[in-house]
Amino acid sequence: MTIIEISKLVKTYKDSEIQVHAVNGVDLTIEEGEFTAIVGPSGSGKTTLLNMLGGLDQPTSGHIRIDQTDLGALKASQLIDFRMRNIGFVFQSYNLIPVLTAKENVEFVMQLQGRSKKEREERTMQLLEAVGLKGREDSRPAKLSGGQQQRVAVARALASKPKFVLADEPTANLDSKSTENLLNIMEELNKKEKITFIFSTHDQRVVNKAHRVITLEDGQIISDIQKNPHHD
Amino acid sequence: MITSVAWRNIWRNPLRSGIIIAAITIGMFAGVFSATFLKGWMNQRLEVGVETETSHIQIHHPKYLENFDINQFIPNGVELSKRIASQHTINGVSPRITIQSMIASAETGTGVKIMGIVPEKEKSVTNLSQFISEGDYFEGVSRNPIVIGKKLAEKLKIKLRSKVVITLQDSQGNITGGAFRVCGIFDTTNSMFEETNVFVRFSDLARLSQMPDGAVHEVIVHLNDQQFLEKTTNNLQTKYDQLEVLNWKELTPELGYLNEIGNLYTYIFVIIILLALGFGIINTMLMVVMERVKEIGMLMAIGMGKIRIFLMLMLETTLLTLTGGAIGILLGLGASKALEEHGINLSNYAQGLEDFGYSSIIFPVIEPEMVIVIIILVILTGIIASIYPARKALKYNPAEAIRTE
Ligand SMILES: Nc1ncnc2c1ncn2[C@@H]1O[C@H](COP(=O)(O)OP(=O)(O)O)[C@@H](O)[C@H]1O
Ligand SMILES: [Mg+2]
Repeated sequence: MTIIEISKLVKTYKDSEIQVHAVNGVDLTIEEGEFTAIVGPSGSGKTTLLNMLGGLDQPTSGHIRIDQTDLGALKASQLIDFRMRNIGFVFQSYNLIPVLTAKENVEFVMQLQGRSKKEREERTMQLLEAVGLKGREDSRPAKLSGGQQQRVAVARALASKPKFVLADEPTANLDSKSTENLLNIMEELNKKEKITFIFSTHDQRVVNKAHRVITLEDGQIISDIQKNPHHD
Repeated sequence: MITSVAWRNIWRNPLRSGIIIAAITIGMFAGVFSATFLKGWMNQRLEVGVETETSHIQIHHPKYLENFDINQFIPNGVELSKRIASQHTINGVSPRITIQSMIASAETGTGVKIMGIVPEKEKSVTNLSQFISEGDYFEGVSRNPIVIGKKLAEKLKIKLRSKVVITLQDSQGNITGGAFRVCGIFDTTNSMFEETNVFVRFSDLARLSQMPDGAVHEVIVHLNDQQFLEKTTNNLQTKYDQLEVLNWKELTPELGYLNEIGNLYTYIFVIIILLALGFGIINTMLMVVMERVKEIGMLMAIGMGKIRIFLMLMLETTLLTLTGGAIGILLGLGASKALEEHGINLSNYAQGLEDFGYSSIIFPVIEPEMVIVIIILVILTGIIASIYPARKALKYNPAEAIRTE
């Protein structure tokens, strides 16, 4: 089932005189259950594309449809609600609220959604276990390693049961061991829970894990390769 | 959970938060302490004004206060004062003969108001008898005793048991005089009052001034409780409509406004302190917002709307302000409480206060309403000071916020 449809997407930044076409006419569809990497050199438009896809930024032109909803048609307040219910985010850094523990960070989103305490607690423990952080639930982010923080972020992103998770260079600050660990957890969640992941990277090892690789250059898709998911 | 995040956020930078909390603490301590100090000061002035000098209500012939004419008296005043005394809101009534006169010692003379009083009754309307610093209140001198103020005694260069001569115009218009002996000297906090009022026995003055039997110039009324003031004044005025019934607020308007002026002054002072603190709070919160732009972007991404983020920052600012405010207010109240009994002696720093009728030992008074108003002002400061920094945080869209360096 198609969950994302992007057509003729353009984002142009105007910095005084100079115009930057950060995303320059992108057409793309994403199916449910994909494990897709967006790759490309720095400045190729990965972040800009993901931000628009997540409803964090407005396109200059073009459309994004998520499950029949045109993002451009939503009012600001509707968009916040839509994001909260449908999209999970993992950023490169500053993912977590520093004053909350791992558990509280995961619960926070569910509380914003008005879920019951019982449901929140059950799901939080389940998610933290899934990302291998059982036993660390009461630690604050500063007490966790970079890799552990990113895993909490993944758990947090999944807390609201989103349709898909957007991860913008989630491993950029991690060493190779933590990178592999995080990718394995994401792949596991993809395989078992059918969670759709779209992540950007310029790390070849991460690219190798992806089942589909979309390459951007100067804001345009220059290749889109579907790999066999069971090929290692 | 938003409250908990806001509270924990305060302590992310303990030094910075600590400094602004300390500033608020000091400011609020100063505000509260000066409020209770001023309140005590004003109350004492009121207390002296009402309890020692004016009493609650005075009744005169309607023309008497115009030029203190000896013949504008209340003919059956003694009788009237007995009748009034039975009212249940009233706990004391004292008739007086009051005449403008000259008092002279062997050395010098001056103009004074001489009051003929019945000592026992007078004790029920003013507490002047408690301020006798030398001698006694109408005891120890059998013929023509007189009680005068300390300041007057100094001016006339006389002592206890000295003889003075009172000269006045009697009710027939004849100049007459009498010799009196000082039996007591009173010392209040109001030099002016000490210098211009002397007290003799009612019967002595009635004889000297040839006043008709039972006639008085003033009937002084003291109430059980200040709260009956307006009601009793009106009652008496309707009942005795040929006479003039005035309460202390009407007799001494400057005292009546003292309370309001004191409160106003306190509020202005507190508002100025809070205004200054407000800029410090804004500055602190601006730094906070600048540091947290990326984090705020993340919060917006994961589902916090602008209103929620605004509220969270407002809550953080208000909690910060309230923490300092609460400590400062409690310290201020504590210091006031500690000094409630022994007071603060200003006589070394503020000589001459007594010339204006103000005591130089001040006993702070805590007024709950005032404390509540100050707390509300503190909360308002927190809320108002949070608006500008919080707005700064919200000018970004989430994508921009996350991208900032
Ligand atoms: N706010 C902005 N203003 C102007 N130019 C921007 C802004 N954000 C991104 N760009 C430009 O858009 C292009 C794409 O950036 P970005 O999406 O961050 O690429 P990537 O994530 O692939 O590194 C770059 O040339 C970048 O300089
Ligand atoms: Mg990027």
